[in-house]
Amino acid sequence: MDAHVSLRGVTKDFPRAEAGDVLHALGPVDLDLKKGEFFVVGPSGCGKSTLLELIAGLSQATAGAVEFEGRRIEGQIPPGVGVVFQEDACFPWLSVEANVAFGLRKVDLPADEKRRRVRDGLGLMGLADFAASYPAQLSGGMRQRVCIARTLVTEPRLILLDEPFGALDQQTRLLMGDEVLRLWRQTGATVFLITHALDEATMLADRVAMMSARPGRLIDVVETRWPRERDSRIVERPEFGGITARLWATLREESLKSIGRTGRAP
Amino acid sequence: MTGVATRVALYRWLLILAAVLLLEVLCLAGAIDKITMQPPHRILIDLGAILLSGRYNAAILKTLTNASIALGLALVVGVVAAVVLHGHHTLRRTLDPLFATYYAVPVFAFYPLLIVLFGLGDAPQIGIGFMLGVVAVIVNTLNGLDRVPRVLRKTARIQGLGAAETAFQIELPYAAPYVLTGAKFAVAYSLIGIIGAEFIMSRGGMGYEISFAYTNFDNATMYPLILLILAVSIAINAALSRWERRLLARRGQ
Repeated sequence: MDAHVSLRGVTKDFPRAEAGDVLHALGPVDLDLKKGEFFVVGPSGCGKSTLLELIAGLSQATAGAVEFEGRRIEGQIPPGVGVVFQEDACFPWLSVEANVAFGLRKVDLPADEKRRRVRDGLGLMGLADFAASYPAQLSGGMRQRVCIARTLVTEPRLILLDEPFGALDQQTRLLMGDEVLRLWRQTGATVFLITHALDEATMLADRVAMMSARPGRLIDVVETRWPRERDSRIVERPEFGGITARLWATLREESLKSIGRTGRAP
Repeated sequence: MTGVATRVALYRWLLILAAVLLLEVLCLAGAIDKITMQPPHRILIDLGAILLSGRYNAAILKTLTNASIALGLALVVGVVAAVVLHGHHTLRRTLDPLFATYYAVPVFAFYPLLIVLFGLGDAPQIGIGFMLGVVAVIVNTLNGLDRVPRVLRKTARIQGLGAAETAFQIELPYAAPYVLTGAKFAVAYSLIGIIGAEFIMSRGGMGYEISFAYTNFDNATMYPLILLILAVSIAINAALSRWERRLLARRGQ
C-alpha cells in the first residue's frame, strides 16, 4: 500500500516526577494512512491527541517510527503538515485577514501569491466579508474557520484536526463537518481527524479507528465505504446506523472495561 | 464607552474640579496663606509665564530627557528580562520573592553607590529612574506571558517559529495589555526616580529647581513646576490607558 503516513510500533511514555515512574500513555500503534483518505479516530479510550501530536511532530515517540511521505518524523514539524486544534488558536490582536496571512509568514512566496492565497482562503471559508474584523467579533464556529483558513493557505498535504468542532454546538458541528468534507475533496489532502462524537466520526470518515483505554492502542478500524462526494445527509443512509452501532459496541465494551465491569448484556 | 462608564468618568472629573475649586476658595479667603500655597488660577498663570519665558526650558528638557531614557531602558530591559525569566523556571522561582519585596527597598539609599559607579553626571539619576521602573515592567510582562494559551505556542511551533520569533510574534503581542500596564507604572516610577534624584544631588533639572524654589519660598516657581510634572505624568498615563483600552476592546474585553 502507498502509505502517506506510516506508524510502526509507536509508543509514548510520560515521566511522572511525583511517582518517580513513567506513564505508558500510548501504543504500540501500527497504522498506515493512504494518500488522500479521510481517517478519523473516534470517541474512545485515550491517547488520541498524543497520537496526533506524534504525527504532527509536536512530540517525539518513546519507541517506534512515524513517517510522512517516506521521511521519518522525530519531534520536528515536517513541511506540508497543517494542524487545527480544538481550542481557539486565533491571534486576538490580529484581524481575520492578518490571522490567515500569518500562516504564510515563514513560507517563501512572492507577495502577490501570498495575497492570492489569503484571498482564496478567506473565500473558501466564507470569511471574505469579515477580513477586517477581529476574532473577538466572531462566533466560535467562525473563529475555527479562521484557524482552518490559516492552515489551508499553506496548502498542506496532510491536515491534522484535533477535535476541531469540540467547542461548537451540534448544528454548527454538522455544518462544519460539511465544510471539512468539501475542503478535503477540493485540496486532495490526507485528513486525520479526532472527534468525541460517534455520529461525526461515522459521517466524515473513510475509515474510523477506535482506541483502547490506557495505554491507547488501535482496537478496531472500520471502513465506511462512503462515496467521496458526500455531506452530512449521509446520516440518512441505512448503513449509517449499522456502522455507528458497531462503533458503539466497541466503545461500550472498552468503557465498561475501564471502570472494571464486563461488556456482556445482563 | 458605555453610558455607565461615561457617567463615572464625569463624576471623577466633577470631583477633581470640586477639589480644585475648594482649594481656590480656601486660598482666596486666606484660610491657606500665600506663603504656603498660591490659588490654583495663579499657579496656572505662573506656569504659562514660565513656559513662555523659556526660563526653565533647560531644566525641563533635562528632566524629561533623563526620564525618557530611564523609561526606555526599563521597558527594553524589563521586557527582555521577562521573556528570558519566563523560559527559565528555576531562575524565575529564585527571583519571584525578590520582585515581590523589591518596592520595599529604598532605592534612593543606593544613590551614593551609583555616584561612585557612574560619577556625578546624569547617569546616577537615570540609574535610579531605571531601577524604580524596571521591576514593574518585568512583573507585569511576566503576568501577561503566564496567560498566553498553550495552543498559541503549539500553533507557533506548527508555523515553524523559533523561540525568539515565538516570543516577539506571539507571546509579547498576546501579553501587550499587561506590558502596557507595566509601562504605566514605569512612567510614574521613572519620573519619581529622576525628580527625587535631582532633589538630592543635582545642579539642574525640574527636581533641583523645585527644591531651590522651595528653600527660597518661591511659590511662583515651585507650584507651576509641580503642576507641569503632574500634567506630563497624567498625559502619558492617559495616552497609555487609551492604547490599552483599544487593545482590550479588540479582544472583546
